[in-house]
Amino acid sequence: MSTEFTQTSPSAAEPLLKVREIDKHFGPVQALYHVDLDLYAGKVTALCGDNGAGKTVLTKTLAGIHQPDHGQIFWQGQPVHVRSPRDASRLGIETVYQDLALCDNLDIVQNMFLGRERLRQGLLDEDSMERSAAETLASLRVTTVRSIRQPVASLSGGQRQSVAVAKAVMWNSKLVMLDEPTAALGVVQTRMVLDLVKRLRDHGLAVMVISHNLNDVFDVADRIAVLYLGRMVVQEDLSRLDRQRVVEYMTTGGRHDGQSPARS
Amino acid sequence: MARAPRAADVEGVPPEQAPDLTAAPGADKVEVPPAIVAQSLGGYMRAWVARIRAGESGVLPVLVGILAISIYFDARSTVFLSPGNLVNLFQQSAIFMVLAMAETFALVLGEIDLSIGYVGACGAAITVQLVQPVTTGWPWWAAIVAGLVFCLVFGAIQGTLITRLRLPSFIVTLAGFLIGNGMMLWILQRGPFSGYPNLTGVNGNEQVIYQLMWGTLDPTVSWILMAVAVAALGVYIWLGDWRRRRSGLVAPPASLTLIKIAVIAAVGIVVVAICDQNRAALGTLEGVPWVMVIVLGVLAAWTVLFQRTRYGRYIYAIGGNPEATRRAGINLALVRTGVFALCSFTAGIGMLLFASYLGGMSNNVQGGQYVLYAVAAAVIGGTSLFGGRGKPLHGVLGGLVIGGIYNGMFLLNYDVEPQFIVTGLVLLAAVTIDSLSRRGSTSGSVGRV
Repeated sequence: MSTEFTQTSPSAAEPLLKVREIDKHFGPVQALYHVDLDLYAGKVTALCGDNGAGKTVLTKTLAGIHQPDHGQIFWQGQPVHVRSPRDASRLGIETVYQDLALCDNLDIVQNMFLGRERLRQGLLDEDSMERSAAETLASLRVTTVRSIRQPVASLSGGQRQSVAVAKAVMWNSKLVMLDEPTAALGVVQTRMVLDLVKRLRDHGLAVMVISHNLNDVFDVADRIAVLYLGRMVVQEDLSRLDRQRVVEYMTTGGRHDGQSPARS
Repeated sequence: MARAPRAADVEGVPPEQAPDLTAAPGADKVEVPPAIVAQSLGGYMRAWVARIRAGESGVLPVLVGILAISIYFDARSTVFLSPGNLVNLFQQSAIFMVLAMAETFALVLGEIDLSIGYVGACGAAITVQLVQPVTTGWPWWAAIVAGLVFCLVFGAIQGTLITRLRLPSFIVTLAGFLIGNGMMLWILQRGPFSGYPNLTGVNGNEQVIYQLMWGTLDPTVSWILMAVAVAALGVYIWLGDWRRRRSGLVAPPASLTLIKIAVIAAVGIVVVAICDQNRAALGTLEGVPWVMVIVLGVLAAWTVLFQRTRYGRYIYAIGGNPEATRRAGINLALVRTGVFALCSFTAGIGMLLFASYLGGMSNNVQGGQYVLYAVAAAVIGGTSLFGGRGKPLHGVLGGLVIGGIYNGMFLLNYDVEPQFIVTGLVLLAAVTIDSLSRRGSTSGSVGRV
């Protein structure tokens, strides 16, 4: 099974993040087999696949939550080990999980700075944090939020997603991974989040979006990577694929006879 | 697949948040608490009313409660609102206030500490024993430090068991309650006092501890101290709001800032005016009692800790969403252990005031009852039982309610039975308000994942 689709990218630039031959198993379950993945700055890569294909395991491996059994991760061309979420943040990798990890009882500023509060004379420097949070939100044009001092509990789903994304990009991050950002969102809210994803790309960040929703994928992504039963079956510019092909990759691993490559 | 079951549930399911499908982009605006967009005084008042309607009542219910208690008991007892009784009421309430502030630590974290009554009593027993001139005769400050350090260590051990071994706080502190009770009795049996070491001797060290509750400041000193405190707080509030207005951040209008400062000053003046009246039947007893300064000091210190430090922020964050806090790289075990240590430490201060109130320590201290009063006071004041919400100020106001009921029913010669029942009913009312306001705030927003 060939996984060498990486050279087809028109971007001659070195990928920001390069994953080579990653294996990961949990007990007897092999979650990832020799997975390769390239993520480019200034591009949105959609990571697709059916339930259990390994999308979340791959994401968590890049985020430092899981350690790969074999294989290597290259960051800006250098081999790196991402042993913890702290390591990932230090490199500039931020992940927005589906549950968003926001504290409902804290306001937007407090959430965005959680764990990295600024101090002045030993006490919290609220004014400075509030200004920075406002600047970040403004640069992402998250403007439907009326005040950044409102508790997160009072926000809508799309607004919460936006705050979680803003929190992730605030720290000079270079790669943002979004896990199902539009699941459970309505039409308007989905629009808002997809626009936000495009703005991240326009800011020059590498973005990886895990999604099931092909409408969203074709709307927002530049490239697509499809996992099928733990194998990367295709990595391609989205312009070279149509929906039919993507669905085939997701459901059969790209084989027209319906045989899974894992079982062959 | 190592994936959160919740995430798997959502996968492949079409979005079902119907309200969002039809919502106009501007529809979110109605959910915004109006206070944060209001810029005028009128806007703020309207915002305040709207917040109360939405269930975000803050300290309003407890202020109404205090007013109702005052009116009820004033109508039935001529002495209830007399200066002497008001000061007495504060002295009785002070113990509940400090214990409630202690319990606030655990409650904001979403936990509970049942041990504070007896752990604090152990600390107080240690202090009272150590200052006894016929046995150890320690200086008062060393004895107080020893008692409070005991509480701090006891709380830290409980916190370690809760966080490292992941035992439920309810059970660990229930064990701490029993162990504390036993240790208190053991400590009180030391020395020749048959379980009742007292503070009524003429020894200076004993006297200092006794005066914590019963001593008063000179009336002139009281005025000066109050003026300094109000001025400092006023300048702090004014400068804070002024800086925010100047840098274009959301800030209350200047008129509201001035009203806030004026209210604080008025309360200070009224309190000192009451305290400075001679409230003794014979001779002279006037001035602000020390205990008021102590309670306000604890309130100020813990308010700064909760509102202005990283540590306090993390307590709220853990109470709101422990998983999010963990992912933010915060050491949960450290914060939570510290919370239980500070909870017991504060309880040590509270029970030291109790020992001072009693004029000694007794082996029939009802530590269990005090815990329940502490939880009740915190919740009556507006601290949530569900974690993430609450302030030290809530404990002080709730303590005043409990102290008021206790004091008023005593004046009316009620027995202890109706007093328990009424306190229980007030607690039920407070929990109901807490629960309803919580439900109100969650049902208010849509599209929550």
